[in-house]
Amino acid sequence: MTIPPTDVAAHTGSSTTRWLGLAVMAGVVTMFLLGFFVAPEDDLMADSVRMIFVHVPSAILTYVAFGVTAVGSLMWLWKRSVWWDIAAHAAAEIGVVFCGLTLVTGSIWGRPTWNTYWEWGDVRLVTTLILFLMMVGYLAVRSMGGDEAAVSTRAAIVGLIAAVNLPIVNRSVEWWADRTLHQQSSITDGKLEDWTLFTMVLGIVVWAMFFLWAMLHRFRVGWLERQLRVGDLDEAIAARRAEAVDAGGDA
Amino acid sequence: MPIVALRGLVALLGRFPALAGVDLEVGAGEIVLVQGPNGAGKSTLLRVCAGLLRIESGSAEVLGHDLSVDRAAVRRSVGLLGHDTALYDDLSVEENLRFWARASRVDEAAVPAALDRLGVSPRLHDVAVRHLSAGQRRRTALAAVVVRRPRLWLLDEPHAGLDQRGRDLIDQLIVDAAGDGATVMLASHELDRTVDLATRHLTVAGGTITADRRSDSGWSSSDEPGPGVTEQGGSDVS
Amino acid sequence: MFRDARIVAAKDLQIEWRSRVTFSQVVPFATLVLVLFGFALDANRPVLERATSGLFWITVMFVSTLAVQRSTSIETSDGARRALLLAGIEPAAVYAGKTAAVAVQLLLVQVVLVAGVVVLFGAEIEAWGLLISTCVVATVGIAGAGTLFGALVAGVRARETVLPILLLPVLAPVLIGATRAFDDAFGSVAVDGWSWLGLLAGFGIINLVLGSLSYGVLLEET
Repeated sequence: MTIPPTDVAAHTGSSTTRWLGLAVMAGVVTMFLLGFFVAPEDDLMADSVRMIFVHVPSAILTYVAFGVTAVGSLMWLWKRSVWWDIAAHAAAEIGVVFCGLTLVTGSIWGRPTWNTYWEWGDVRLVTTLILFLMMVGYLAVRSMGGDEAAVSTRAAIVGLIAAVNLPIVNRSVEWWADRTLHQQSSITDGKLEDWTLFTMVLGIVVWAMFFLWAMLHRFRVGWLERQLRVGDLDEAIAARRAEAVDAGGDA
Repeated sequence: MPIVALRGLVALLGRFPALAGVDLEVGAGEIVLVQGPNGAGKSTLLRVCAGLLRIESGSAEVLGHDLSVDRAAVRRSVGLLGHDTALYDDLSVEENLRFWARASRVDEAAVPAALDRLGVSPRLHDVAVRHLSAGQRRRTALAAVVVRRPRLWLLDEPHAGLDQRGRDLIDQLIVDAAGDGATVMLASHELDRTVDLATRHLTVAGGTITADRRSDSGWSSSDEPGPGVTEQGGSDVS
Repeated sequence: MFRDARIVAAKDLQIEWRSRVTFSQVVPFATLVLVLFGFALDANRPVLERATSGLFWITVMFVSTLAVQRSTSIETSDGARRALLLAGIEPAAVYAGKTAAVAVQLLLVQVVLVAGVVVLFGAEIEAWGLLISTCVVATVGIAGAGTLFGALVAGVRARETVLPILLLPVLAPVLIGATRAFDDAFGSVAVDGWSWLGLLAGFGIINLVLGSLSYGVLLEET
């Protein structure tokens, strides 16, 4: 399958990305203001509750990104869809950043509550850590050299294995925390008041827009990369046959 | 029914069109010599016929099986000798042959005879492959092909690395196989000996077939080799 | 299909027998790791006893990456992979055979390791049935996932370092489950080991199915 050549763009921006980018920036500023000045302190956690505005959206988008990678992997293996393959790769790269952010904010936020930087009993956080490692592995496979289609296939299988095994990881950590450690209720349980709730939802929206913005850019980069490498198959065939003529044969 | 029928075949190695449009029909009992410069696509052609590579476009039928649908069926019926030997270093000659015989569902009793035909001395049968010379390994690898009695033989530089007697053995094998009704396609730079042997002579360049001559159209070994081939004296092991 | 798997497994074990990599290299390595743990934990008896299950299975994890690499590298020698395809063996049979061979080798190493922890860490085995069952079920899962990943990274540069990164996160449930079951078997912690066995079995089955389905794609396309 070939990618039809488009006018090769000098950049990956477009009016969509510009509007999104502006919206994201406006959103972040709003979140900052609301988060620090308007939303109330939490009785237990004082100011550190503000982490929720970054932590929860990051967590949600992490799993959205991972979902895209998983679906993309399936579509590549099933339909050999280049579009989905590029999307899977892009989502993994962006997702791994969101995942790291989730873990860091989770750790910092948890410190006052748990008195440690890491609570093994927090099932969701531990599962997310494993997910992070799996995504790193996925990206490592992507950066291995070799035949493009082979790389895509390998990465897709890694993606699928990760998607299938993540629920098993979650279940096993849950049992483990239940039966041996004292399972800590996740820091995100509990009621949320009006402004806090609003800011958090706003955070999810802003993060989602950021995700879209990043995906658009990254996807387009991936697309252009492929084009550069592929060129046009017919051209390549013609060039190949020309070798025969150069060698003096009658093609 | 032709043994091999290719039409407009395009095969990619990654993104590179190793075969850029091949039309070919080969019938039973033919001995086809495939020659051409390095990188022309000879090995790729053999591998496609073995059912190892996906085809990008065009049609390909080998031994009655459509390659775009069922490559596995083709693989079982061909014997491919590539540049590598597919032998396990730690196992002995006989153990290797027995494994491949069992895997190919061939009677293991045929193993000693196959080794004999390839001139692999019985003293070597229990020797681990890692201790063999390159020539002996080649013979063992060929024995693994012989044991399967394939209907289509695909040999990539079969004479490479063999001594004079070994090369004679190969020639005899090829003639015997064709005599049994099998079809042989071999890629070789050894034009001096194989041109006489072959019933058909293909020249591959730039991923296509640029010349296709049969022995009854009257060429002899003193003819110019096909276009795109450099003259060489002695063997040219690529 | 089972016949073919048996042939492949027999071939792998035959090669192992010939080259003795497991016995001359892997077993000493495993024992060495146990000894090093002893040094690292200051030969503190109570700590060692409490940590035995975990140390055992971490050692098994490391050993499994070695075993899988070895299993995969057998086929990359001189085009054997391609020849397996040519012989007409179903990829799923190759997968099953190689998984079985790796599992056998891992189990043999575990026998030595059990002796090792009894001797070096003073572990006392209360429930032999649980211990053995855990070893078998966990090993099947480890071998299944490992063989698949092994084929995935075959033929690519820097293969050695990527395999652990891919395999070990996926094996986290096995580590958790097997360790808890061993704790029960050693009587060191009050847990219900048998319930963990169910999780291990589930892991094994799911990954074996995944492996059988994906192995063919890998062999054909890469």
